[in-house]
Formats: sequence, C-alpha cells, structure tokens
Amino acid sequence: MIWEAVFQPFADFGFMRRALLGCIAISIGATPVGVFLMLRRMSLTGDAMAHAILPGAAVGYLIAGLSLGAMTVGGLIAGMAVALASGFVTRVTALREDASLAAFYLISLALGVLIVSTRGSNVDLMHVLFGTVLALDDAALILLCSITSLSVLILALLFRPLVLECADPQFLRSVSGLSAVTHFTFLALVVLSLVGGFHALGTLMAVGIMILPAAAARFWAASIGGLTVAAVSVAVLSSLIGLLLSYHYSLPSGPAIILVAGIAYGMSVVFGPAGGLVVRALPRRHFET
Amino acid sequence: MTTRRALLISATAVLTLSLAGPIAAHSDEPIPVVATFSILGDMVERIGGEHVAVVTLVGPDGDAHVYQPTPADARAVSEAEVLIVNGLEFEGWINRLIDASDFNGARAVATAGIEPIAFEDDHDDHDDEHGDHHDDDHAEEDDHDDQGDEHAEEDHHDNHGDEQAKDEDHEHHDEEHAEGEHHDDHGNEHAHHDHGAFDPHAWQSLDNAVTYVDNITAALAQSDPDNAATFYQNRASYVAEIEALDAEIHKIIAGLPENRRTVVTSHDAFQYFGHDYQLTFLAPQGLSTESEASAQDVARLIEQMRAEGITAVFVENITDSRLLEQIANETGASIGGTLFPDALSGSDGPAATYLDMMRHNAETLTQALGS
Repeated sequence: MIWEAVFQPFADFGFMRRALLGCIAISIGATPVGVFLMLRRMSLTGDAMAHAILPGAAVGYLIAGLSLGAMTVGGLIAGMAVALASGFVTRVTALREDASLAAFYLISLALGVLIVSTRGSNVDLMHVLFGTVLALDDAALILLCSITSLSVLILALLFRPLVLECADPQFLRSVSGLSAVTHFTFLALVVLSLVGGFHALGTLMAVGIMILPAAAARFWAASIGGLTVAAVSVAVLSSLIGLLLSYHYSLPSGPAIILVAGIAYGMSVVFGPAGGLVVRALPRRHFET
Repeated sequence: MTTRRALLISATAVLTLSLAGPIAAHSDEPIPVVATFSILGDMVERIGGEHVAVVTLVGPDGDAHVYQPTPADARAVSEAEVLIVNGLEFEGWINRLIDASDFNGARAVATAGIEPIAFEDDHDDHDDEHGDHHDDDHAEEDDHDDQGDEHAEEDHHDNHGDEQAKDEDHEHHDEEHAEGEHHDDHGNEHAHHDHGAFDPHAWQSLDNAVTYVDNITAALAQSDPDNAATFYQNRASYVAEIEALDAEIHKIIAGLPENRRTVVTSHDAFQYFGHDYQLTFLAPQGLSTESEASAQDVARLIEQMRAEGITAVFVENITDSRLLEQIANETGASIGGTLFPDALSGSDGPAATYLDMMRHNAETLTQALGS
C-alpha cells in the first residue's frame, strides 16, 4: 500500500526520479539561502531578484535558443547587474536598499517584457522560463546539482560573516572589511539559486521553494543550524509530497510542490513550538521571582 | 501577471488609437485585411492576391494560444476592412483587441460552418472514442459552396461599427453550429486562452480548409465587390489544390498498417487531422499550450507508449520540446521530426504555406511511422 503510493511512481518512472532529485538539489541549495534572506529581513528580495533575471534569460534564449547555458549565464548577468547596481546606489547615496532594489528590478522586468514582446511570441517565452520539473534532462540536473554544491560551499565559507551581518551589520562593518564582500557574495548566491530554480520550477516557483520552507522553519527552531535543518526538511518533504500529489491526483507539479510547502507554513504558524499561535494562546508558566 | 501586462498593452493601444483616424478605402488600392495567425494569412494571400494587403498578427512559428497583442496590432486591426479570425475560441485575446482598437470593418470567422470536434475531457481515451465517431459525422459537410454564398448576402458594410449585430448574423446563419460560435460572447471574460467546448485546430483537416477558403473568399468579395470575380477564380484553383493534396495524403497514409497509427506530439492539435486520416494522436499537455502537464499525465502517456509499443514521437515548432524529449528518452522512442500544428514556418522553412505545412506534416508522420 505505502509501497505503491509512495515508492512505485519513482521505481517505475525515470522522470519522477529526476524530478525528485532536482527538487532535493534545489531544497538543499536554495533553502539555506532563503533562511538567511529571512534573517536579514530580505525575504521579498528573492521575489524581486526573480523578476530581475528575466531579461537576461530572455536575451540568452533569443541568442542561443533553448540553451541551458545561455539562459543561465544571461540570468546570472542580469541578476548580478541589478544586485550590484542597487547595492551601489544603496551604499553611496541616501536611498535605502528596498527602494533602490525595487527601482532596479522594475527596470529590469520592464526590459525583459520589452525584449520578449518585440520578438513576438516565438515559443511562448514565459513558458520556457517557467520550466517544468517533469522535463529535467541530464544537463539541467547537472546544473542544479553544481549550483547546489557551490551554494553550500560558499555558505560554509561565509557562514560567520553572514551570521554577523544578520545579527549586527554595524559591528561587522566596524571590525572587518568583509562586509561588502559578504553582502554581494550573498546576493550572488540568491541569483544563482534562483537561476537554478527557474530551470526546474520556473522563476516564481523557485522563489517559493526558497522562502516558504524558511518561513515555516522559523516556528520550529531558534538557532541558525536548527532553522536550516528544519527548512531543508520542509522543502524536501514538500517536494516529495507535491510530486506524489501531482502523480496521484493529476495536478500540475510545480504549483503542487509550492502549495504543499505553503500548507507546511500554515501548519507551522498554528502549531509551531517556537512562537506558533497555539503555543502563544496557552497560559504561560509563571516564574517565581 | 500576464493579464495585467496584457491590460497595460491594451490601455496603451487605446491611447494610440484615439490618435489614429479611420482610413478611407479606394477601390483600386489593395484592401487592408488582418488575419490573426499565419495559416489564415497565407490563405488570404492566396485568395486575395494583389488585391489585398494582409497583416498577420501572430507570425510564423508564433503561438496564437498565448499571444499578447501589441499596439501595432491594434493599429492594424483598426485600419483593416476585413478581419479574419479562426473562431472556436482559438484566439482568446481577439475580442479585447477588437474592443481596444474600435475596429469597424467586417469580421469573418473562418470556422463558420465546419463540424467542430468536441474536446475530450481526458485525452488518454483518444483511441477508444476515436474508432467510434470518426465516420459518422463527416459526410454532412457537403454544404461548403452554399456557405460562401450565404456569407455574400450579409451586408457587412451597413453594419459598420456595430459588432454585436454582426456577431448575431453569424450565429443565425449557422444555427446548427451555434455552440461553436459562442466565443463571441464569452471571449471577453477569458483573460487567458481558456478553450471552449470545441477543438479550434480545425485547419488540420483539408476538408475544413475548403470551408475556411469559402468563408475568406466571401468576406473579401463582400468588402471588395469589384474584384469578387478574381477572388472566386483564385478560390477555385486553390480549392482544387487542396482537394488534390487531400487525395495525395489519403494515399500515402493508407499504406500505414493498423498498429502503426498512433503518434505522440506535444500538444493536442491534430484531432482533425487524425479524424480525417484515421491516426490517433496522444499528447502529454492539454489542448492549450498554456496548461502545465501533471506527473500523472506524463506517467500515463509513458505507460501507454510502453504498452502499445509506440516508437514515434514528434516535436512541434511552437512548443517547448524538453518534456517530450524526456518522454522519448524514457520509453526508448525516437524523435520522428518536427510537426507544424498552429503556425507556418518562416519562408525558407519546410512549411512556408498552408499546403506545404499539411504536406510536410503528412510526410513527416508517414516517414517515421512507416520506418
């Protein structure tokens, strides 16, 4: 029974195994980035960056067709350009980070739509950009796994400065020259994770697998290590359950995965031990003074 | 997202158009005609020849299901005297475009008068239902020629600016096909290509193509009565070519054995073709290129391909082929070639005209199935 419901689809079909592997890779690579985004109160930055990579991917597609490499490089360049430009404006002018990022990503998005539209809708580009997790070929899987490895490695190297930047950016800036490096490397990681994610899930869904598990994890753990473990677990489980739902109930797989993660978030809000609604509603223990 | 962008574009279109005035037509100049996609555009050119100036909104290799009109399109529509649409809710965006462009010419629905094939809820049942109903509802289509004349009696010019009246005209004289026509009323509510009850890919049948040609000819003759004789002359030779090709395709496909008549493509656009030539088409995606496949759809298709030993898989010029390549990989099938379902190729491609496209599709299919 359980064998048939859970394992049979993966045993029978290669595309299911590929989809699962791709999702696990994204979960391990992108979700920790999501945790740091959340800790730095930059969760919406992920969404902004997802739009910012559009023109790059579009240009890559128009130049080289449906080439994984060209679209990836294009997306990276566009995402990094937006990240650097907004970071630059933030650091040298009076404009705050949220406003400058919003400005640049909107410019980038408009540019992307313009490029897509001027070329007519040759193979609807949005559709190409919103890849489907069921169509991961070898090249896409290798790309996803490489991005994940790179992302985990960089996070390990930058762990301390990143935590400091989350907790006390002023302090980091005063004791180390690494502040700017950390900030931009981290933004590069965000872009990289999103570019990897859009091959599998499409840009919008890639943001979902990055942010939702991180937000859910916030209700289960307090330490960064705990948060990361909880977030990756939520992401992997959501991917698995989402794929199985897509298989058994004929739902489109990308939205199914993200919705399962959304349900996990909803459950966490209510039942999570670390500040969930139920815990808050319970009478608190009074400590003797 | 898409909707919002489309709305913005339409809003821009309205602004642009309020500046552009109507253009007076001269009898010796080619009449401006807008065709919604490349296949209709090709037909209009064949029939109208030098007497029409055709603007095709969705060009070669473009996907009309998910097209987003531009202000230039709206301008072309506003200046057109004749607008040729496919109908059957194929162009979900056309009503918005017409509203935005205050078009006041004549609109012709190319599928008016065809026998539409209903969508099947579950495309996996294709082969079961296929055998049952492909013979009976076909013979009734001998009213092609009357169709053209009926059209000619409508006076589009007197109805200028009154879209509603024109739509109703269409509904009246096609009463037996009334269900197929309701896109005129519903289109506005659908932001996306949200298909109706019938499969719009009717041009994939050469039989239907004759109806298309008749509808187009009637519309052109209506708007340019001086050249009507030429249009009907062109129509006659075009129809002869269509019928010759139909016979030719029947002949080459007749050679295929019964167990080699199932084909996998990336979107369900070949129901009419399969209906005419007794082939079964399976597709992982739904009928619109806009819907996303579920894992179950893909798994069922793979199972079916394994069970029936299907070895030929075809990609299409307008859709993303990655999913199909994965399926081919998994079942050991080979990619049999590129089919052209909804759009012609560029002028140097293998399907530069409608007839070339039909011939190319038939040849590609028989080659892969026969090998």
